[in-house]
Amino acid sequence: MAMDPARKRTVRLVAALSAAVVLAAALVYTSFSASSEARSPSQLLSQAEPGKTYQLTGRVVAGYERNGTVTNFRVRDRTGEVSVPVRYEGVLPDPFRAGREVIVDVRKKGGVFVGEKDSLVTKCPSKFTAET
Amino acid sequence: MLVAGKACLILALAVCLYGIGASLYGARTRRREWVASGRRAVYALAGTAAVAFVALEAAFLRSDFSFALVTSHSSTTTPAFYRATAVWSSQEGSLLLWLLLLSLWSSLILFVTRRRLREIAPYATAVLLGLGAFFAAMLVFLESPFDRTVGPLPAEGAGLNPLLRHPSMMIHPPMLYSGYTLFAVPFAFAVGALVARRLNADWIRSTRPFTLGAWFFLGAGIVLGARWSYSELGWGGYWAWDPVENASLMPWLTGTAFLHSVMIQEKRGMLKTWNVSLVLATGVLAVLGTFLVRSGILDSIHAFGASTLGVPFLVLIVAMISGSIWLVSSRAAELRSDHRLDSLLSREAVFLLNNLVLVLLCVAIWWGTFFPLIAEAVTGRRASIGPPWFDRFTVPLTLVLVLLSGIGPLIAWRRATAANLRRNFSRPLAAALAALAIALVAGAGSQPDALIMFVLAGFVLGAVGQELVRGTRARRVMAREPVPLALVSLVRRNRRRYGGYLVHAGMAVLFVGIAASSSFADERDVELVPGQAARVGGYEIEYVRPTADLVAASNGRLERIDFGAEVRVTGDGRSRTLVTERSFFPSAGPMLGPVSRFFEGEATSEVGLDAGLRRDVWVSVAPDTRRLEPRVEEGDEVFAAAEDDLAPAERDALLAEALRGLVRSYADDPPPATFRLLVSPMVTWIWVGALIVFLGGLIALWPSPRAVSRRVTAAYAARVGREARAPV
Amino acid sequence: MDYLVILVVLALVVLFVSAPLRRRRAGEAAESAARADLEAARDAKYREIRDAELDYRTGKLSEVDWRALDRGLRAEAVAILRRLDDLESPTSGRDGRS
Repeated sequence: MAMDPARKRTVRLVAALSAAVVLAAALVYTSFSASSEARSPSQLLSQAEPGKTYQLTGRVVAGYERNGTVTNFRVRDRTGEVSVPVRYEGVLPDPFRAGREVIVDVRKKGGVFVGEKDSLVTKCPSKFTAET
Repeated sequence: MLVAGKACLILALAVCLYGIGASLYGARTRRREWVASGRRAVYALAGTAAVAFVALEAAFLRSDFSFALVTSHSSTTTPAFYRATAVWSSQEGSLLLWLLLLSLWSSLILFVTRRRLREIAPYATAVLLGLGAFFAAMLVFLESPFDRTVGPLPAEGAGLNPLLRHPSMMIHPPMLYSGYTLFAVPFAFAVGALVARRLNADWIRSTRPFTLGAWFFLGAGIVLGARWSYSELGWGGYWAWDPVENASLMPWLTGTAFLHSVMIQEKRGMLKTWNVSLVLATGVLAVLGTFLVRSGILDSIHAFGASTLGVPFLVLIVAMISGSIWLVSSRAAELRSDHRLDSLLSREAVFLLNNLVLVLLCVAIWWGTFFPLIAEAVTGRRASIGPPWFDRFTVPLTLVLVLLSGIGPLIAWRRATAANLRRNFSRPLAAALAALAIALVAGAGSQPDALIMFVLAGFVLGAVGQELVRGTRARRVMAREPVPLALVSLVRRNRRRYGGYLVHAGMAVLFVGIAASSSFADERDVELVPGQAARVGGYEIEYVRPTADLVAASNGRLERIDFGAEVRVTGDGRSRTLVTERSFFPSAGPMLGPVSRFFEGEATSEVGLDAGLRRDVWVSVAPDTRRLEPRVEEGDEVFAAAEDDLAPAERDALLAEALRGLVRSYADDPPPATFRLLVSPMVTWIWVGALIVFLGGLIALWPSPRAVSRRVTAAYAARVGREARAPV
Repeated sequence: MDYLVILVVLALVVLFVSAPLRRRRAGEAAESAARADLEAARDAKYREIRDAELDYRTGKLSEVDWRALDRGLRAEAVAILRRLDDLESPTSGRDGRS
């Protein structure tokens, strides 16, 4: 079944483009459904469906508690005082400290937001000075 | 030297602007003296950047606190090595390093090609100087490393972020920046070739070493970052699909694609548009990678912070992208292919597929990385995707990539003989089956992804092994050399081919390590008291006793407090002791008490690692310092009250005594500590595989011995000439 | 002290960068772009010939296929060599063909 070169080329081009289109569709579809919305503490307080995962960003409030492997801390808005309680199970990242900015995936459960394992990320401070 | 440094940077900017003008003028009017002057402007840029850099280094090494940068990133207690490398732990210093590296590589390529590429080089010079001007302008106007410390001269600096006090963390940025800046060279020459409409093989041949070098350094930087993350952070992982990690991976992927597809262009004059687009995209991605770390537009743990650079960088990237698109579309005629693909059963076809997969990988990673911005643009709300999504796409694509890397070496260029395929594939397939058997016996059947990777890796290693054996045999037939010599001369005479095969083998080993350690790791976070043990991954790990220590710096001042644990790891018929610690560094904040400042600063983990070929046992500890709080507060109060009565030397001595008491009390009465215990199979294979990859890269990079290539060229010319003249 | 350093660096840079403009060097033989392209193509063709032979000797090509490929590649190499020769001495056309 010999095709002339021009048709061969068209076939290959169509094949490659189809693969690309399929991938693009897969990318777009799966990313929107697998994503977790970014929320600040005040946004989370005002509107959070239980069971849905959100990505919480904010600053750690001073005075958090560690009981064994579980840490209970509060995260407040970057500029503001509204804060939400977070329960996180697992080892805290090295730079974790009151006043630092953190990102953590949480799910609402009762009155607390439970953090997903290994999803707690503390931002490295850009300069080594005492955080205010 | 602050003023001198600033002046050097202004001079650097001026030199860049002059050089752009001189090169373009010389190119348009064909006046070589202006082109030469433009080239010298690049050398002068390297010179002034070097002077500025040396001035900054000197300031760091002698702890000159009149430099604001030194005060905020170094201290007298920082060891000399880290004082020297602290220069690039800051935004400003790292920009200067980028500029210096860019100017050095640019000088090198322009020097090497000074008598060649006459039509392209001036435009390439202008592009490289344009990039230089951008970075110099940022250093002069926005992020100056030569700002003076505000206020009175401080006695002590803030110190280097302790998280960075690890050799690989300090080599990681120069490696990465070398990779990024080296990719600027083929980018600039591609632009030059497009502008000058000279799109044949010569510019590729000349820039090839730089592309390979960029691939090498960027790859090394990526691996070093992963290694640091694994062995220095209290997390235990080596890759998190963090935006900054992805930003360095993307140009490496397109660079790898380019290295393959450019071979097709050299042979067949095909894929010119594709190649030029790839190399332009790689340059854009390299600048994008540099930009992402310091823009603040994406949430990442690597945030450098300042977002004053966001807008200028965005402008640069948009300019690079739109310029590239315009150039490629307006040069369509010169980019037409000379030939077509001969056969789907050829190495060229495999390379094309490999390119497709690499680009698809890059697109998927790009989408995931920028998704927060895309989501915000589409839905109005920021949303992010985690590692599981990335894995869903990268794992199957990587499996296909590994498969292709095994098929490639087994197929001939142009058109393979179909009848020989069975003979060529049978041994590698046997190796794949052997790998399957071994993996099933070892219990890998529960994770199909990992199992497939093991099988494919067996295939690749079998293919590479077979090629080495057959090549050596062929060499012995042709040259009658003993086996070891035959192997060496085979590789020496065919560096690209066998260097490339070695890289494929190394990648296979590396992916085996990744597959095994991500699919079969066992991890637990537990709280233990001394004497208590926990079971992880077939090992029993017992918390034997706490460790507590005061550590002084080389100048006698107290550097940090270490609290940790000694653990005993039992399993596999033997028992080992590991020590893991948390180091607490004092904060320089003025409002903190002399004792409590040690617990308000940075803390780093010292991981206890027992690495082996079959598995790593990894332990980190987070000691509970709350029980010490009453004593800490008491200490603060005592020192505050006695503030005025003590001379500084007395005060220091008493402080040391108080801290020693504190440390002893932790050791004598330790509270339960939280541990992360991780048993991870075959992690070492990742680092070993990476080393093999870089060895292969070095072989491919190494210039062929001149004598050999001259002899070969002459011999072939003679044979070709003879045969062409022989009667048919 | 600072200003001395600045002055020295500035002087060096200006002298260095303007040097080509100040002296009128006799034009050195420019390596023509066409020649460089042909040489690059020639080297690439030699590499192809060697690769083909190695492919044959490691069993990826049958002897028949290799000999056919080798002949084709050699012919292409000859064409490149001829074009290189023509560049050097455009008047000595061997058989009237360019």
